[in-house]
Amino acid sequence: MTPALEIRGLKKTYKNGFEALKGIDLEVAPGSFFALLGPNGAGKSTTIGIITSLINKTAGTVKVFGHDLDTDLQAVKRSIGLVPQEFNFNNFEPIGEIVVNQAGYYGIPRHEAWERCEHYLKELGLWEKRKDMARTLSGGMKRRLMIARALVHEPRLLILDEPTAGVDIELRRSMWDFLTRINTDGRSIILTTHYLEEAETLCRNIAIIDDGGIIENTTMKQLLAKLETETMVLDLSEPPPGIPQDAPVALRQIDDLTLEADIRRGEHLNDLFRVLDQAGIRVQSMRNKANRLEELFLRMTRNGQSPSHLTPGAGGTSEQPENQA
Amino acid sequence: MSESHLRQYWIAFRTIVTKEVLRFARIWVQTVLPPVITTALYFIIFGGLIGERIGEMEGHRYMDFIVPGLIMLAVITNSYANVVSSFFGSKFQRHIEEMLVSPIPNSVIILGFVFGGVARGLAVGVAVLLISLFFSPLSVHNALVMLVIVLMTSILFALAGLINGVFARTFDDISIVPTFVLTPLTYLGGVFYSISLLPEFWQGLSMLNPILYMVDAFRYGSLGHSDFPVALSFAIIAGFIAVLYSVALVLLNRGVGIRS
Repeated sequence: MTPALEIRGLKKTYKNGFEALKGIDLEVAPGSFFALLGPNGAGKSTTIGIITSLINKTAGTVKVFGHDLDTDLQAVKRSIGLVPQEFNFNNFEPIGEIVVNQAGYYGIPRHEAWERCEHYLKELGLWEKRKDMARTLSGGMKRRLMIARALVHEPRLLILDEPTAGVDIELRRSMWDFLTRINTDGRSIILTTHYLEEAETLCRNIAIIDDGGIIENTTMKQLLAKLETETMVLDLSEPPPGIPQDAPVALRQIDDLTLEADIRRGEHLNDLFRVLDQAGIRVQSMRNKANRLEELFLRMTRNGQSPSHLTPGAGGTSEQPENQA
Repeated sequence: MSESHLRQYWIAFRTIVTKEVLRFARIWVQTVLPPVITTALYFIIFGGLIGERIGEMEGHRYMDFIVPGLIMLAVITNSYANVVSSFFGSKFQRHIEEMLVSPIPNSVIILGFVFGGVARGLAVGVAVLLISLFFSPLSVHNALVMLVIVLMTSILFALAGLINGVFARTFDDISIVPTFVLTPLTYLGGVFYSISLLPEFWQGLSMLNPILYMVDAFRYGSLGHSDFPVALSFAIIAGFIAVLYSVALVLLNRGVGIRS
C-alpha cells in the first residue's frame, strides 16, 4: 500500500550554515495516527515546513501518497492539510471568510466552500462565530479555526504542529475526540506535540527526532515496551506499621501515607499486593508517577542516547523531574 | 493544462481578488477617502486658486489640463499602495502561507494581488473623476485610450508594489519607495505642467521617467493633446509590465522573502 508519507535522505541546511536535518528517513502508513516528537530545535517544524513546501529542502526526496514533491507538487499540496504551530491567518478577516477563502485557493466553488465551512465550523463549535473577526477569538478557538481551515479541502493527510498548545484540558479532550473521529474515518494524521500524554493517547505510531536525525521510528506499543522500569505511587489509607523487607520490588516510604514502588518489566503487581496485604498495609489508590512516554522521551533525547542504551532500572522516574516536557 | 485546472485557477484568482477588494473596502476611511480629499484640495488650490492666474496650458484651461494627471496620480499611488501593504501584511501576519501551501500557481497569486490593486486604483480614480466634475466638465477625446492606459498603468504599479512587498522586511520598507521614488517621479511626470515648458536638458531627463508617458497618453485620451505618440506610451507601459511581471514571477518561484 502506498505510504501516506515517504521521506528519504532529507537534508536541510539554512543559509547561516545551521544543519537542521541531517538526512532523515521516515515512512507513515496510510490511515495512521502518527506522532513526530522531539525537543525544541530538533527539526520537527523544518520537516513539516518541507513537506508543506513552505521551506525549500537541501537534498532528499519527499513523497505524499506516492506524489513526488519535486515533480508533482500540485498533487502533494492537494493531499495535505496543515495546522501550523503559530497562528497564521488574517486577524482582521471574519473567520467564515478565512475558511471559505482557503477552499477557494484549492479551486472549490464558493457555494460548496460555504457548505464545507459550515460543516467543519459546526463540528468544531465555531459556526456561531463565523462573522466575527479572527482577532476576537480566544486562543483555543483560533486553534480550532486553523483545524477547520486545514480540513476544508478534504486532505488525505492532516499535519498538526502543536495543535493543543495553550488549550485548556476540557477543550483539548474534545479536540482529541474530533481528531480520533476523522482518523477513524480514514484520514492519515501526523501530530507533533509537547504534551506526551496526548501522543500516547492518540497515536499508534511514533518517530522521535533529535538533533536533525530520527532516533526512533516504531509503534507506540513497541516503544513503551522498551521502558524497563515504571514507578508506581501508592496512596495509603493509614500510616504503614513498617516497610516489608521481603517485598518483590524496590519499595520506599515517601511520607506517612505514600509509598513508591519500582516495578521492573516481568514483575507482577499481584506479588507486591500480597506482601503489602500480609504486612497490614492498606492501599487506597495507585498511579503511575510519570507519563511513560515522557520518561522514555527524556531518556532518549537527552545526550542523544538511543533506546538500546536504556538500562533496566536505571534510576526510574526518581531521576526525572515531573512534567518537564 | 486541463479545463478542470483552468477552472480551479480561475476560482483561486477570483478568491484572491475578492479578498483584496473586501480588505480595502472594509477600511475605506484609510484607503479610499484620503486620496479623494487630497485630490479635491489639489483641484481647489492648484486648479482653482492658482490655476486662474496661470491661464492656459497647451491651449487648455489649467484646471482642465491637470484633471487627467491628478486622476493618474491617484490611480498610480493607490494601485501601488494596495499591493505593497497587503502583500507585506500577509507576510508579516504569515497568512501568505494560506496560499503557499495551496496548489495555486505563483502566476495566479501575482495576478490576484495585482487585480486587487487595480480594483483599488480604479475605485479611487473613479472617485477622483467624480470630484473633478465639480471643477471641470468631463472631457473625452478617446475613451478607449483612456480606459486602456489607466488599466495598464494600474497593472504596472500594482506589479511594482508587489515586488516592493516581496523584498520588504519592515514597515519602513514599504514606505521608502513610494516616498522617495514614486512621488517625485509622479510629480515630475507632467501632472501639473507640460514638458515643453522645461529647458532642453530637463526635457531630456524627464523623458527617462516612464510616468511621463502614462500621464501624457491619458491626457491625450481626455483632451486630445499629447507630447509623445500614444503608441510609444503603450509600448513603454507594456514593456515595463512584461519586465516587472517576469521579475515578480522569478522572485515568487525562488521563494524570495516568503520561503526559507
